[in-house]
Amino acid sequence: MPAVQETIDRVRSIDVDQYKYGFVTEIESDKAPKGLNEDVIRFISEKKGEPEWMLEWRLEAYRRWLTMTEPTWARVSYPKIEFNELYYYSAPKNTPGPKSLDEVDPELLETYEKLGIPLREQEILAGVAPENRVAVDAVFDSVSVVTTFKEELKKAGVIFCSISEALREYPDLVRKYLGSVVPVSDNFYATLNSAVFSDGSFVYVPEGVRCPMELSTYFRINEQNTGQFERTLIIADKGAYVSYLEGCTAPQRDENQLHAAVVELIAHDDAEIKYSTVQNWYPGDKNGKGGIYNFVTKRGDCRGKNSKISWTQVETGSAITWKYPSCILRGDNSRGEFYSIAVSNGHQQIDSGTKMIHLGKNTSSRIISKGISAGKSENTYRGLVSAHRKATNARNFTQCDSLLIGQDCGAHTVPYMESKNSTAVFEHEATTSKISDDQMFYCQQRGLSEEEAVALIVNGFVKDVIQQLPMEFAVEAQKLISISLEGSVG
Amino acid sequence: MLEIKNLHAHVGDDETEILRGVNLTVKPGEVHAIMGPNGSGKSTLSYILAGKDDYEVTEGDILFNGESMLEMEPDERAAAGLFLAFQYPIEIPGVATMTFLKTALNAQRKARGEGELSTPEFMKKVKEKAAELNITMDMLKRPLNVGFSGGEKKRSEILQMSLLEPKLCIMDETDSGLDIDALKIVADGVNRLRSPDRAMVVITHYQRLLDHIVPDVVHVLSRGRIVKTGGKELALELEKNGYADYVGQAA
Repeated sequence: MPAVQETIDRVRSIDVDQYKYGFVTEIESDKAPKGLNEDVIRFISEKKGEPEWMLEWRLEAYRRWLTMTEPTWARVSYPKIEFNELYYYSAPKNTPGPKSLDEVDPELLETYEKLGIPLREQEILAGVAPENRVAVDAVFDSVSVVTTFKEELKKAGVIFCSISEALREYPDLVRKYLGSVVPVSDNFYATLNSAVFSDGSFVYVPEGVRCPMELSTYFRINEQNTGQFERTLIIADKGAYVSYLEGCTAPQRDENQLHAAVVELIAHDDAEIKYSTVQNWYPGDKNGKGGIYNFVTKRGDCRGKNSKISWTQVETGSAITWKYPSCILRGDNSRGEFYSIAVSNGHQQIDSGTKMIHLGKNTSSRIISKGISAGKSENTYRGLVSAHRKATNARNFTQCDSLLIGQDCGAHTVPYMESKNSTAVFEHEATTSKISDDQMFYCQQRGLSEEEAVALIVNGFVKDVIQQLPMEFAVEAQKLISISLEGSVG
Repeated sequence: MLEIKNLHAHVGDDETEILRGVNLTVKPGEVHAIMGPNGSGKSTLSYILAGKDDYEVTEGDILFNGESMLEMEPDERAAAGLFLAFQYPIEIPGVATMTFLKTALNAQRKARGEGELSTPEFMKKVKEKAAELNITMDMLKRPLNVGFSGGEKKRSEILQMSLLEPKLCIMDETDSGLDIDALKIVADGVNRLRSPDRAMVVITHYQRLLDHIVPDVVHVLSRGRIVKTGGKELALELEKNGYADYVGQAA
């Protein structure tokens, strides 16, 4: 693995807290008052210049949310969140829709620079071939700041913009699909998100179009005490294809930050959506203090026949992760995939997995989950595979592997299976292993240091999933995994 | 090159001494064979030389090129030029053999302050050495030692040895699990590595490996001590008469 050496160098350069992205950018913010009530929701909606129906939609969600209680079934524990102590909207100032990078606050660009995220402008200047470019819709706190490549995408007929912009420019499209996969009342956090979502991405790929480039959004939580409520909506019309990359880092801070995003994917007949995530939010310091709470609802709807949705995720950050990217296999012959690497170290708690709901005939799904626990962390895979009465010939293959590093961590696997159709075939395989002393000794005898040996063995363990990631993400993911596990041996 | 002085050692919490005063000196260019019955401490000696955790030296010293190795980590010993060919090579799932070879070679080069080898340079080197050992490119793409036959595992060990070009090669029962054709390939591989500035310690039960890798010196290890040292003819004598004559002496 060529990344290994680089990984080691990087690991060494990291400080005690192992988190190099812990800095706060000082940019003035335009904030809603603290707490949550109907006025705050009106403020958000007005700030964004939304149509009336959207405000109603939000208010309905809010009223619904007031009647709901936080779910407690996940294997995570954290102090009670005071929802009225949070700010629900914050937008960087000086950004009334910049036309180019020149109009962007230089300090913001510097932040991206530190994170190693060039906005790909250099690529254009350097004359990089268009097919190699990545379109980036940068989300800084809550408002999309820069959107590149829009013109090029437009030529292909692809809409890629912030959801706020989509609400203004394509209200009918948004209205048709928003909440159609994750209904307003779906769950506590999704309902909260529906009420207060600040921004996010919107993608529409029209019939028969293969999106000419990978679409990418980098998220970053910045404003202190600001809940982040991203809303993403991706639609692939008949025969369309799109690959979407999401990557995140957040600055270091003491207070826990709440993140409750909702992602909805819709694939029509013969369409395919590939959604990849590398998540590296602040996991808390070495005593488990601070860190992001990540309560996310991600769901894809294979609405049309022969459609396909594939989730790939590499999770290394967050203090608490509560996340189950799922597929509803509604169309006949549709296919859902879930490939996951969840790394926990320190005091991190992960309760993550997927749901594959087989509704149509001849639907198939595949789940490959690799959990790596180190330090004092707890790592749970929770998955549901179900076949509806009409899901003739539904097929699922699930493989859940856990790797333990050290003595104080835990790995748990909680698979649920429900079949109401006798022709369904579900397979489940699970393993739990430890990095053995013999493997370590063998690698060290060949000249690898302890850290290098762990990185190599872990990279071998997660290989099946890494292969599913787009190339540039794969390298980043390998680095991230090694960084996350730094100090877990010896 | 290698000097073992009055080495006493035990394994883990068990205080029973496995090595009870081993003395051995190996000079550059020499090939030494260490023979002995089961349980005589042969494998323990190889693990202690390589620095395995849990193998504790209670007395004596191991000098490598005049310097004590006892405080060195296994990877430091490797970078200094010590290589152990394992009796039972370990499986590393998901890591292609080729990847492992490159990672190991570059880790050692880096530890010695040399630059990493470029991919074309590396590939050229691997292809050449692999061909000598009848190792196909296909095998190098498979995860290291996973599902390898006994012969493939041992050939892979020798491939690693020839790529890493160590100063001191220790081979622990490299002949076990090999049929006669595989034994020949492995022995030829080892013999190609013989050179005036490289030393080898061959640990084995049987004479047959020594027909192919002809040693300069043969030692008999019994109950944690070297009880007899001689030339290559000692191995033949052992083959004929067994270890019975020596087992008593060590008591």
